[in-house]
Amino acid sequence: MSVDVQLRFDSEAITEFSKANQEPAWFLEKRLAGLKAAGELQLPALEKTKIDKWNTTEFEPFLTAAKAAAASELSDVVKAQIDVDSVKNLVVQKNASAVFAAVSDELKSKGVIFASLAEALVEHSDLVQKYLLNAVAFDEHRLTALHTATVNGGVFLYLPKNVEVEVPLQVVFEVAGDHALLAPHVLIVAEANSKVIYVDTFVSGEGTNMVANSVVEVYVGAGASVQVASVRSLSADVHDYSFRRATVDRDGKMEWILGEMNGGNTVANNTTILQGTGSTAKTKSISVGTGSQRQNLTSQVQHIGTLSESDMVSKAVMTGEAVTILNGITKIEKGATKANGVQAESILMLSEKSRGDANPVLLIDEDDVKAGHAASVGRFSEESLYYLMSRGITRQNAERLIILGFLDPVVAQIPVGEVQSRLRQALERKLG
Amino acid sequence: MTAVPHLQIKNLRAKIEDKEILKGMNLEIKGGEVHAIMGPNGTGKSTLASTLMGHPKYEVTEGEAIINGENLLEMEVDERARAGLFLAMQYPSEISGVTNSDFLRSAINARRGEGNEISLMKFIREMDKKMSVLEMDESFSHRYLNEGFSGGEKKRNEILQMMLLEPTFCILDEIDSGLDIDALKVVANGVNEMRSADRGFLIITHYQRLLNYVKPDFVHVMMLGRIVKSGGPELAERLEAEGYDWIKEELGIEDETVNANV
Repeated sequence: MSVDVQLRFDSEAITEFSKANQEPAWFLEKRLAGLKAAGELQLPALEKTKIDKWNTTEFEPFLTAAKAAAASELSDVVKAQIDVDSVKNLVVQKNASAVFAAVSDELKSKGVIFASLAEALVEHSDLVQKYLLNAVAFDEHRLTALHTATVNGGVFLYLPKNVEVEVPLQVVFEVAGDHALLAPHVLIVAEANSKVIYVDTFVSGEGTNMVANSVVEVYVGAGASVQVASVRSLSADVHDYSFRRATVDRDGKMEWILGEMNGGNTVANNTTILQGTGSTAKTKSISVGTGSQRQNLTSQVQHIGTLSESDMVSKAVMTGEAVTILNGITKIEKGATKANGVQAESILMLSEKSRGDANPVLLIDEDDVKAGHAASVGRFSEESLYYLMSRGITRQNAERLIILGFLDPVVAQIPVGEVQSRLRQALERKLG
Repeated sequence: MTAVPHLQIKNLRAKIEDKEILKGMNLEIKGGEVHAIMGPNGTGKSTLASTLMGHPKYEVTEGEAIINGENLLEMEVDERARAGLFLAMQYPSEISGVTNSDFLRSAINARRGEGNEISLMKFIREMDKKMSVLEMDESFSHRYLNEGFSGGEKKRNEILQMMLLEPTFCILDEIDSGLDIDALKVVANGVNEMRSADRGFLIITHYQRLLNYVKPDFVHVMMLGRIVKSGGPELAERLEAEGYDWIKEELGIEDETVNANV
């Protein structure tokens, strides 16, 4: 059935942008297929969240921004995320432009590709084509179709076999301006026995009715180890949709660390497909809901390989009138013997009007497995507040201690110090 | 300290939901004094402690409480603490994710005020010192606040907080319950170390036991939501030997609990 979607752009605008960026023909074809599908497909069906009134289409897809010759010329919101004086291995995107890139010679000499997607489409077209939109199909629903049509940036990170990169590679995505769109596609390919840590941050500048629609695809090769940390600090003026998916080969390790600190409505789906024997997935996610924002956050693991293991932990704190639906889905397919999947979701509500739902789901088609889940939703204890205040701590600081304390068991376990401090920073900012 | 610390409670009445529990409480404590309040269960002892600290469940309906010339009852809970009041609680909260040492430092700094924060080194030194008095293992500083602590560990932790915060008035609410004799001595040792002319104590207990180790200057018996008898340490000894019945007889009280219709 065809759906009536009014768009502020057409195939001509898309073609023009694609040509201006010298994109390969195959990619333009994908874009146009996406545009067509966007007109035909429905929005994704989400547990207990209706997004048909959210802004999914009211944007200008290709707002460009000036390049920054040095890190010091970047926007203040971006500079707050980086160490301006010692920038290395950093890519920055603002709206539809890759505005800054610094990649160390060390990375290059190891054969690592770390580049904006625009550059990679020109320089490494075949390699990109092999992986792009394989894990996530362009026509899963209207949002992936819209994403494909309007991709306006992103990153390509490629690790050759046996290459290990110890320092985190960093990307900052910025959206700014009325009706601006940020639609990055992050493509990470880690060949056998390679290792990498990728960290991105989403920030926003001034503007109204902004949209972020991103897709992340991660291909973890045999014995490879990939950590993806994403910290989102978009303002209440941005509606944010993200679909992240990883497939993991034999003995590969995938770890997600997600800080959902947006101020506005958010849909995030995070899925790991444990394809290979002995592959593992870990997901740690924290979220703080404020104001009247609505969030639907899903973490999902699909076990296909035998002896595959997964562990998902999500924690959310709700204040004001915020509503968050926290879904955890562990799916174990027939044949995935000796698989082990555990998940835990917990929500702490600070205010009368906030709401949080934790929905753990186990779908198991194999007998010889282990699986477990735990979920808890609790109100803030007046008794705890009283106890802390009785030692002279102000109400505001006591609340803060309780919130940080609730999230700390997840934050403290994050292995990369830099990621941990970035997450704490976003948390502090969100708590005001 | 310019003046002798002074806490005055006058005709204090308080209720929880619609039930009046404190029914005209009078008490005066000065720096250097140790007062003990004894009494059977359900006579309002713990309510007195919680009401003075400002527990949100209790509502003061009448009377006053003045701490060093200031109206305690008009203050928020944290202001009461910063005014010098400390309550070692019978049931301390467990707070996940907040380490004991982070909590203690926040509490100390809240009292010292902005710009006058305690240095990390000094804090660690102080904490180590007090913890050794209380025979607490070092690991306590890194554990989450009261989480998974045994009853006795929680009580020691309350005293540790008291020692580090150096309040002017300390209320100990059944700090002896659930403690074996060795732990009781350790806790008593901590309290005794803090006794000084600049500090007053109010010790709430069922039993004489603790008072063998912390000698009170005044002993009060609470029944029906108020103090019905006061005396010196000898009163506690007589209560231990003879129980409370003789007081009830003397005063013509049949049911000493606050539920009684008197």
